Amino acid sequence: MTSPTRTRQIGRLVWYILSVLLAAWIASGLAWQALGPWYLFAALVVAWVVLGWHQTSRKLRKRLRRVVLYGLASLILVWTIAPFAWLVIASVSTKADLIAKPLRWLPAKPTLQNYRDMLFGTAGRTTDAASQFMGAFTNSLIITITVVIIALMVGLLASYAYSRFRFRGHSGLLNLTLFTQMIPAVVLIIPLYIVFRQVGLLDTKAGLIITYLSFVLPYLVWILKGYIDGIPTDLEEAAMIDGCGRLGAFVRVVLPVAATGLAATVIFAFILAWNEFFFAMNFTQTLASKTLPVVLTEFSSKFGPNFVLAATAGVLASLPPVLVALIFQKYIITGLSAGALKG
Amino acid sequence: MGVRSAVEPPRSGQSAIAQWRRRHFPQLLISPSLLIILGVLIIPIIYSLVVSFAWLNPADRSLDFVGLDNYQAMLTDQSYRKSMALTVLFTVITVILEMTLGIAIAMVLNRPFKGRGFLRGLMILPWALPGVVNAILWKWIFNANYGPLNAALFQLGVIDQYKVWLGEPVSAFGAIVIASLWKETPYVILLTIAALATIPKDLYESAEIDGAGPWKAFWRITLPMIRPVVLVLLITKTIWTVQTYDLIYIMTAGGPQNATQFITLLVQRTAFKYQNFGTAAAMSYSVSMLCFFLTYLYIKVFMRGDDWSGKVKQSKGLRPKPVRR
Repeated sequence: MTSPTRTRQIGRLVWYILSVLLAAWIASGLAWQALGPWYLFAALVVAWVVLGWHQTSRKLRKRLRRVVLYGLASLILVWTIAPFAWLVIASVSTKADLIAKPLRWLPAKPTLQNYRDMLFGTAGRTTDAASQFMGAFTNSLIITITVVIIALMVGLLASYAYSRFRFRGHSGLLNLTLFTQMIPAVVLIIPLYIVFRQVGLLDTKAGLIITYLSFVLPYLVWILKGYIDGIPTDLEEAAMIDGCGRLGAFVRVVLPVAATGLAATVIFAFILAWNEFFFAMNFTQTLASKTLPVVLTEFSSKFGPNFVLAATAGVLASLPPVLVALIFQKYIITGLSAGALKG
Repeated sequence: MGVRSAVEPPRSGQSAIAQWRRRHFPQLLISPSLLIILGVLIIPIIYSLVVSFAWLNPADRSLDFVGLDNYQAMLTDQSYRKSMALTVLFTVITVILEMTLGIAIAMVLNRPFKGRGFLRGLMILPWALPGVVNAILWKWIFNANYGPLNAALFQLGVIDQYKVWLGEPVSAFGAIVIASLWKETPYVILLTIAALATIPKDLYESAEIDGAGPWKAFWRITLPMIRPVVLVLLITKTIWTVQTYDLIYIMTAGGPQNATQFITLLVQRTAFKYQNFGTAAAMSYSVSMLCFFLTYLYIKVFMRGDDWSGKVKQSKGLRPKPVRR
């Protein structure tokens, strides 16, 4: 066994050798192939940092830690924002900008023309892309809002009952609700498709609304039950003594208190339904029911390498969920964690 | 929590209907949701199971029962085996990376620095972005002729000619993993941050007094404390990742050489392209079995030894107070 001081000395010696080696390597112009493969270089850098860490003073270490922290934070920032930023940049570029070689990272002349084309058509004439987009946008809106409203009304009643009463089959039914969410969508899609085709629900908004209830409703029931559990019953009892019926007390007392949780759940449900693709892709054929994700897919494939179109439509389609999420992010984060902690 | 009995004493002077309504009030409240769940979940799930033992005539929906033939056909099908193996590989890689990256980033975002709130808020962006937009975006990033990835690497001198990222089995697989990570990791980050906030500060203080470094504190305090959330994340993320569809459908359409034809895409093709509903149903059930098995495995591993309900394992001089939730 070497003593700690001796270990430290050896560490310092190795560190100096490493420093010289790395300096030589970098001085040679980072010619990886000349001196060795890049991962050897990376390994040396890591070893250098780790060993060097033990050489530095406490004060310097603290400062270095801050540098590292901000470095990591910037990395996270770039990684998160770069892809999306590219989408936005592409949407204000022209096709020529995007297929230029070498690639122009910023458009020569940023333009909002793509958005105008997408929303209002070109030169007063509705283009195919524009009509597709607007049609799908309307469908998405109708389907999503209907699903959320139905699920909310039905889900509120059920979650209230699950929270406030114990009855035969209480926990069994509640667990069943949760369990159904572990069944992958592929299991559902086959029977739903067969039945929908039989009864003529394929390629209808109603068909998608029914389908979306399968994942929105159980989620709502489960999360809302959690919120209502957290509201003391005294309030309701007081209201009931004052002459409210049970449902009256529920509407006047419980709902206002649960508003935050309700908002989070509704937003979450909205985003789930708005972004859904798997069912929509397989159940819709025409603009009678095609939702935005389906039409977006076609933009990226049907029109060849026209990323401008797809990017513009993509930004527009992302706006509702992203804006809602950013505005109500506090609620959503509470909602997310409540769901996960209870599930 | 005050929970009232469902059965309340009948009041005199009420009609039989009113009394019945009174007695079955909670059942009345849950009946609409139960009807919907029965209609869109339970019955389809059972129907699908029935179909998996039959040959379904696409024309008139009649069923010819064929016993286990569909399952046999499925298991002897090369493309099924390949697809299942790829799905498992993809799920394992993606979920492990997602969890480690997610927890690591959450640890960074848990430290105080300027702009932390903004960065945390930003995490919601990939999560809220429609999956389809994510897929289109990454498909273009990896584009062989005009993609920004090729352009960036070329301009930096890392590659000397543009690469067909989505045209080679391995790099296409990797591209899907990256696209999936970008979209799904923020969910892990957000939940981990929320879980980290519930850890009492004095645990770390006493650990520091006991001479535990940050590394040790992470393994002995942080990880055990967020274990329930990690378990839930593992389960939900696994079930979610097994079903990856939009990414592969849009970015590679299952190619090249079926290297990214994960199980959901195969089921969809078997059912709707080849109208082979029986085998598709059998395949979809095998996906459920996979999900159940993995969930069971996680719970088994995580509950090993002690209960996992937020209680800290006591060991080696670190004795945190039990936390009340």
